Amino acid sequence: MRPPLLEVEHLSMRFGGLLAVDDLSFAARAGEITAIIGPNGAGKTTVFNCLTGFYRPSIGRLTLHRGGRRHLLERLDGFRIARDAGVARTFQNIRLFAGMSVLENLLVAQHAPLMRASLYSIAGLLGLPGFRRAERAAVAKARDWLARIDLLARADDPAGSLPYGAQRRLEIARALCTGPALLCLDEPAAGLNARESAELNRLLLAIRAELGIGVLLIEHDMSVVMGISDQVVVLDYGRKIASGPPADVRRDPVVIKAYLGEEADEELPPDIARDLAGRG
Amino acid sequence: MAAEALPARRLAWGGIVGEAAAAAGVALALALPLIGFRTVETNAALGIETRFGWVAATVAAVFVGRLLLALLRSLHLHRKSVTRPTSPQPSPPPGAERERPVEREGEVGGRRFRAFSPTWIGALGIAFAVALPFLPFSSRYLVDLATTVVIYVMLGWGLNVVVGLAGLLDLGYVAFYAVGAYSFALLAQRFGLSFWQGLPMAGLLAAAFGLALGFPVLRLRGDYLAIVTLGFGEIVRLVLLNWVPVTNGPAGIADVPRPSFFGLPFERHAPPGGTTFAEFFHVPFNPGQRIVFLYYVILALALLTNAVTLRLRRLPIGRAWEALREDEIACRALGINPTLVKLSAFSIGAMLGGFAGAFFATRQGFISPESFTFIESATILAIVVLGGMGSQLGVVLAAVVLVCLPEFGRAFAEFRMLLFGAAMVAIMVWRPRGLVARRAPSLRLAGRDGAR
Amino acid sequence: MAYFLQQLINGLTLGSIYGLIAIGYTMVYGIIGMINFAHGEIYMIGAFVALITFLVLGVVGVSYVPLALLVMLLATMLFTAAYGWTVERLAYRPLRHSFRLAPLISAIGMSIFLQNYVQLLQGARVKALPPIVHGGFTLMQSDGFSVEVSWLQIGILALTLALMAGFSLVISATPLGRAQRACEQDMTMAALLGIDVDRTISTAFVIGAALAAVAGLMVTLYYGVIDFFIGFLAGIKAFTAAVLGGIGSLPGAMLGGLLIGLIEAFWSGYFSVEYKDVAVFVILVLVLIFRPTGLLGRPEVEKV
Repeated sequence: MRPPLLEVEHLSMRFGGLLAVDDLSFAARAGEITAIIGPNGAGKTTVFNCLTGFYRPSIGRLTLHRGGRRHLLERLDGFRIARDAGVARTFQNIRLFAGMSVLENLLVAQHAPLMRASLYSIAGLLGLPGFRRAERAAVAKARDWLARIDLLARADDPAGSLPYGAQRRLEIARALCTGPALLCLDEPAAGLNARESAELNRLLLAIRAELGIGVLLIEHDMSVVMGISDQVVVLDYGRKIASGPPADVRRDPVVIKAYLGEEADEELPPDIARDLAGRG
Repeated sequence: MAAEALPARRLAWGGIVGEAAAAAGVALALALPLIGFRTVETNAALGIETRFGWVAATVAAVFVGRLLLALLRSLHLHRKSVTRPTSPQPSPPPGAERERPVEREGEVGGRRFRAFSPTWIGALGIAFAVALPFLPFSSRYLVDLATTVVIYVMLGWGLNVVVGLAGLLDLGYVAFYAVGAYSFALLAQRFGLSFWQGLPMAGLLAAAFGLALGFPVLRLRGDYLAIVTLGFGEIVRLVLLNWVPVTNGPAGIADVPRPSFFGLPFERHAPPGGTTFAEFFHVPFNPGQRIVFLYYVILALALLTNAVTLRLRRLPIGRAWEALREDEIACRALGINPTLVKLSAFSIGAMLGGFAGAFFATRQGFISPESFTFIESATILAIVVLGGMGSQLGVVLAAVVLVCLPEFGRAFAEFRMLLFGAAMVAIMVWRPRGLVARRAPSLRLAGRDGAR
Repeated sequence: MAYFLQQLINGLTLGSIYGLIAIGYTMVYGIIGMINFAHGEIYMIGAFVALITFLVLGVVGVSYVPLALLVMLLATMLFTAAYGWTVERLAYRPLRHSFRLAPLISAIGMSIFLQNYVQLLQGARVKALPPIVHGGFTLMQSDGFSVEVSWLQIGILALTLALMAGFSLVISATPLGRAQRACEQDMTMAALLGIDVDRTISTAFVIGAALAAVAGLMVTLYYGVIDFFIGFLAGIKAFTAAVLGGIGSLPGAMLGGLLIGLIEAFWSGYFSVEYKDVAVFVILVLVLIFRPTGLLGRPEVEKV
């Protein structure tokens, strides 16, 4: 067993009278894909927002182990979580820098190392060789990712002009350009067609295999979840109702009930049964 | 909106006339009190005059204008509906709405301006600006006017870093201009610093002011920032006005030293033991020499500003500014400290404003709080907005128009700010990214392949 | 003590005026989340319309003061509301889905335009009006200092209270108010449920402008001097009031207005008149930094 990369312990998030996340604990490992699923409003995105510093959790501890150091995420500012702890994320409603070029999007993601190389702009203003080298390296890294996501030809176009599926891929590449330890993907397959969705699966599996980083995934598309995740955490009304390998979770009666409501018995409508069973 | 989306196959005259009549009715309500009557001072008491003719003209103009607008629009729709019956556009995914205006603006701008490369226009413009004092039609008056234009260009470029690149709406930019001007004037008065010694100090002090103000307020949302900077501009003016022991209050500071040419002053008579510019170069003394020299000083400052800004835009910090303008939340998720990035843009903008202020002080030889009112901030902002935020060339064009407009006559001078206010609204409605906005990426992949 | 009481009364009067303007800021902010920078100019237009109506009444020969005041009130509210409506229609509505800075810049442009418009049409000189409402009474007298309350001050406070009461009733108990509150919560959802969002937003501008017009009328009567530039400072102060009370909160706007009026009165009374505006700006900055939700505002949850 590898040590956990991320430990979430007793996380609760309260908005006024609403308990959006209720005493949630789970762990995610490096080199694994952990999926968080649950019906709409189950608190999945809230968990992400707590992890990435957009919300300060009401209660709980979020620990990230990276390079022998422990980062307590609940105490860090959002940008430090990304920069120091190495948690990168994408957004449910894509947040690219729409007016900037595709390449620039990937360079902005490498801001921290480039800033250091440019000696906080001084070396950059003078055009010193050290900075030029760093910039070439950053462009090379961006170019590799563009080749991977099949956007090399559109590198100099505004990111906002890309088709929807390409924007999703670019956002993932941008998150990876920060060199994260943990990648949080918020519904990466939403709005993709079947072919794009299959491509996404391949990309995520490749990331897991090659980079060995942890991936945390919120997803509704069961073919993605069941096909690629190593572990699934099921939320309902902010509480964890099940967790484990996908094969176990999809047979769990509590999970089936949460998805279909109290009245539904074992009888599943055929399309949902097929979705839950997945293809992988 | 929904009604406009339907292709109008036949002109719906009833609707169009009705709309125009409604607009005319509103125009009547607007025009009646303020245009229809004019308050006049008649021997110590207020009296009133009527101008109902103007009201009638306004109402008629609005009626006809609205009618024409509606006709044009329905004709346009009609034509579109013929050439492109139903555009089979897929419904945009959520979140795509944000992107569309950018895309469209880029396209429109690209088509129109591709023929003139900004680099060529820039080079020609610089050549013209450098040659200006020696051109046959040049005069002392023209060089003086050009100096004013370049001051506003410099201020516009400085504010462009803050508003155009970093997307921070600063409504009190004049505060930094004032801090620069007063810093230099006071340093010169109290410690006998020359212009060339005082200039960097003025810039640094303005930048320090920018940091001091920016540090607490740059965490705020964009519109709060706007109003806080507005307030800050006013505070600076009020302090300059009321802190009499230091600033000499409304009377201002006179006898601000003039810049010298490497220690050679532009005077008729040399100071004891010194040499004047005219004596040193064995040319006859001419007061125009100083005017030309001042022009070159501000031109050099402005060009330096431009070079540094363009360079910064290609550096990580400049890309971070633009990224912040596009989406602050995404920036945070990528590990960029938004406060620090904003602060850098804010203080660099402040420093450039400070330089311009120091130059203003030395050129005028006299400064008072009157030169640093909100109108000045509004003017600079108008230059940046009308020039197309983020466009260096646009700022030059807007500054030329704004400064030269009053020279065409009193009517233009009076109507200048009215027109600029209306133009700001019109441009935001019609082409929000500005007139000349066509953003070129800071770095291209395509060019690099061959080059390296 | 007497001096304190006098400043209190002056402060409350001034605060009523700021509060009425602040409501316009806070209503618009509550619904569309933007600062209407041109709102100060609307108030300035209100003051001018009031002045012009008064002069016209003088020419027509209406000399019965209560009637004149009533006509001034109605005319000012009506004509100024037309300006409020038009500003929204021309400068803000087309920008509702534009980029972030567009409505702010458009508002600044509108503000510059309106200032110069009034300056060109009515002249740049300060307009002075003889007092219309005379008299008052001495509330108390001590240490050779008498506390004066003018009828006008009573009138301003009473009218403000009446308007506030009426306004609260409209917001809490009419379909119009329901639509306003629904749009504040969620504009898309309100539209789906059949609320005419455009009209609701227009109404907010109209009501805000009408209340600012009343403030303009009060200032014209109270100080008797106006010019085309009064909207700038009053706008910033009223905005400060709205932020202090908690932007988006209607009772907050009134509370903030009163507090700003009191602060200004006491600051001028006890410290220095020169720096009274600086004091207000400093309060604005401090509130924004330390308590951006103001006194009565709701915390804002960032949507990611």
